[in-house]
Amino acid sequence: MTTPAPTAAPAPAESTPRRRSRRLAGAGAVVRRRLLVAVPILAATSAGMFALGAASPIDPAQQYAGAAAFTTTEENLAQIRANWGVDDPLPVQYLRWVGNLLQGDLGWSTSRHEPVTSVLAARAGWTLLLVGAALALVLVASLLLGTLAAYRRGGWFDRALRATAYAVQSMPVFWIGLAAIALFALTLGWLPAGGLTDITATGTDPADVARHLILPVGVLAVAQLPWFVLFIRDAVADSLRDDHVLAARARGLPGRTVLFGHALRTALLPFLTLVGTHLPELIGGAVLVETVFSLPGLGAVTVQAALGSDFPLLAATTLATTVVVLAANLGTDLAYAAADPRVRLDD
Amino acid sequence: MGTRVSKRVTAVAVAVAGVLALTACSSPTTTSTGAGDGGTLVVATAGEPDALNPVLNYGVDGGSLIFDGLVARDARNELVPALARELPTVSADGRTITAKLREGVLFHDGSPFTAQDVVFTYQAVLDPKVDSTLRSDLDMLASVTAPDPSTVVFTLKYAYAPFPQRLALGIVPAKALTGQDINKAEFNRKPVGTGPYRVTSWTPGDRLVLAANDGYWGGRPANGGVVVAFVADDNVRAQRTRAGEFDAAELAPKLAVGFDGQAGYRVQRVPTADYRGVMLPMGNPVTADLAVRQALNAAVDRAAMVTGLLGGAGEPAFGPVPPTSEFAEPSIVGKPAADPAAATAALDAAGWKPGPDGIRVRDGRQAAFALMYPATDSLRKELALAVTADAKKVGIKITPEGLTWDAITPRMKSDALVMGYGTPYDPDFVSYKLFGSAFAGQGFFNPGGYRSPVVDRALQEGRASADPAARKAAYATFQKQLATDMPWVFLTYLQHTYVVKDGLAGVTPRVEPHEHDVANSLWWNIHTWTRKS
Repeated sequence: MTTPAPTAAPAPAESTPRRRSRRLAGAGAVVRRRLLVAVPILAATSAGMFALGAASPIDPAQQYAGAAAFTTTEENLAQIRANWGVDDPLPVQYLRWVGNLLQGDLGWSTSRHEPVTSVLAARAGWTLLLVGAALALVLVASLLLGTLAAYRRGGWFDRALRATAYAVQSMPVFWIGLAAIALFALTLGWLPAGGLTDITATGTDPADVARHLILPVGVLAVAQLPWFVLFIRDAVADSLRDDHVLAARARGLPGRTVLFGHALRTALLPFLTLVGTHLPELIGGAVLVETVFSLPGLGAVTVQAALGSDFPLLAATTLATTVVVLAANLGTDLAYAAADPRVRLDD
Repeated sequence: MGTRVSKRVTAVAVAVAGVLALTACSSPTTTSTGAGDGGTLVVATAGEPDALNPVLNYGVDGGSLIFDGLVARDARNELVPALARELPTVSADGRTITAKLREGVLFHDGSPFTAQDVVFTYQAVLDPKVDSTLRSDLDMLASVTAPDPSTVVFTLKYAYAPFPQRLALGIVPAKALTGQDINKAEFNRKPVGTGPYRVTSWTPGDRLVLAANDGYWGGRPANGGVVVAFVADDNVRAQRTRAGEFDAAELAPKLAVGFDGQAGYRVQRVPTADYRGVMLPMGNPVTADLAVRQALNAAVDRAAMVTGLLGGAGEPAFGPVPPTSEFAEPSIVGKPAADPAAATAALDAAGWKPGPDGIRVRDGRQAAFALMYPATDSLRKELALAVTADAKKVGIKITPEGLTWDAITPRMKSDALVMGYGTPYDPDFVSYKLFGSAFAGQGFFNPGGYRSPVVDRALQEGRASADPAARKAAYATFQKQLATDMPWVFLTYLQHTYVVKDGLAGVTPRVEPHEHDVANSLWWNIHTWTRKS
């Protein structure tokens, strides 16, 4: 990645830390306030999950029995429901769940047959790795491609990029995944078609895992890229006509510095918001990518939990997602404050 | 300004470079594909067990690779002794079953197998605190005791001839589970059995790694181990099979067709006892009319369903006992193709006259009814649509409705439903509840409320009688009566399709039940498979 030469920096370097720390002065209070707000949000989310569960007509015991449900007596199923306490009144179930949660016990997953904590422990890491790597790739690729397209607006690169972006945006992510497998795994034979490691591997060797993650991360990134690329392209194209950019050009600064240091900089601010709001969509895409590439992440179990009325697990994954989204929003706001001198946190 | 941007951009670039470095260093330190190393075989399937514990319904009909039952099933699904030294003996009144145990058998952890383990396993199934749906299948079992360390005695509440078939249930070690909550025991993920393979690791959603049990009582496995890959999506499994990752994989029939004639692979189509049919409820005035049921039975084109919907992986069905079963009554045959002439004749004779819109009418009532199917099951949907089209040709109007099970359940008494069932092991297993009048209207058991004293008597005699000839006669009576009354229109038996790599020796397909994942699939005897190369 190209970066502007430090010599072209107009602001004195030594003043930077001081100014930034002043700008983030209210950060502690903001974090505390957000945490206070997060508690009722999380309580409402989890209560909502349980209310939905009560309204769901799905019988978790029948779901658990699977095909055996057709040969299992009603008495047998009732006994299993009683063992789980899923026929108890909703407030009782909810209070029991909250009580256990406060003791650090997330409950028992009826669809996975293991404690919810061990489901999360075994799987959340892979989902986070997938989402994190894809997000990083999306950020870098969209900043680079979008800025270059904006620089020569209307040129062949810009037109090709936009056409591709619209085409990719219209493709379902699982389709991109299957196409990528067909091309890179079957036709070219460069990369494995799925799984987390080689099928006969005995452990999770990082290099092996990395090789298996190239396609899933790439597919997830490509599927999410169009939004970000088009956004950056428009924003940079707009800001290239802003006064401060024109002024920088007039001062005779090198084109690269103007493009990345001035135009892109202004365009970055709304981009941060876009990242925050698109995070849930990225997680949603990860669910599909995990299915296509047979990765043992949280995606498949969340679907399974929803189908099986497994509320302890659903509540946990929902809460985890809510926490991530809240944290992303907080991060976005803090980043805004750091990047834009006009934004104050202590209002 | 430029400095800060540059720093931030650099930070992002470094972070990304790190991620890319992590993903990009593709040095193939481990082996490239599954085949060819250490004698490990790799198989792939869609179905993944919830828990690897026979008490919690893992591989209850045997073939579980990790566990053994007192009895096992051979390639023709006939019972052979396993942990029992010989086939269990049944007392004259049919209520006491005695099994003599094999001596010197060890569990994977080295502890000896004794009668106490058998008693513990069956008592665990019967314990109401244990979340086992198997309890419904063992409701005839009164008690199980161990008079000495190598004898187990089962006492039944009533004479039940197929009971030895229930002894294929895998035996768990009492020592590993006593005093624990079986529903939540660590054992369910790291099981200990007596079978040909012990569990090395299980990553749910990814794979189960099994290593050969060198001290297996039945002889050391012919290969070093087995990896079962869990790939839920059909297309993905087909792609990974094509990439050469699996020695054997279960594929949907239409995807398996692509491997026909492809060098290096062969397609195995395995017959099953799993049938699909239309349940016609007696609580609906149209479907309760025998002429309508007969007309439907004649109007459906089963041959077209097999070739068109199943990709050839199936065969026409005319009753609930599969043709591969020794209990199948040879006179129960029909025409695989549609017979519209017979259908219209039946309707004409019963007074159903074509109305102005082509739909037949009798006494002001149209020959019309709703046909439900579970919306998520694409095969049942296609079958429902095919039946609808076939019925229309003879003047019966069917309205297909794709629904969820909770929407289907309350309507089963009065609306037709595409259903599927079937087990290859004993005709009593499913049919007793599915067609017995005592179970009419009880959930999924006899949802259409079919009642026939002849069928009731035959089913009762079939389960109570110890004499194989008498049982066979009883089930012949049952099948004939069912073909007369037609409470169901049976459509097709399914075949399970597998793609197997060339060079595998020992693959022995046997008739499969509906449920097949790690257990009871094509690889039920994988411990005898070898790779020729």
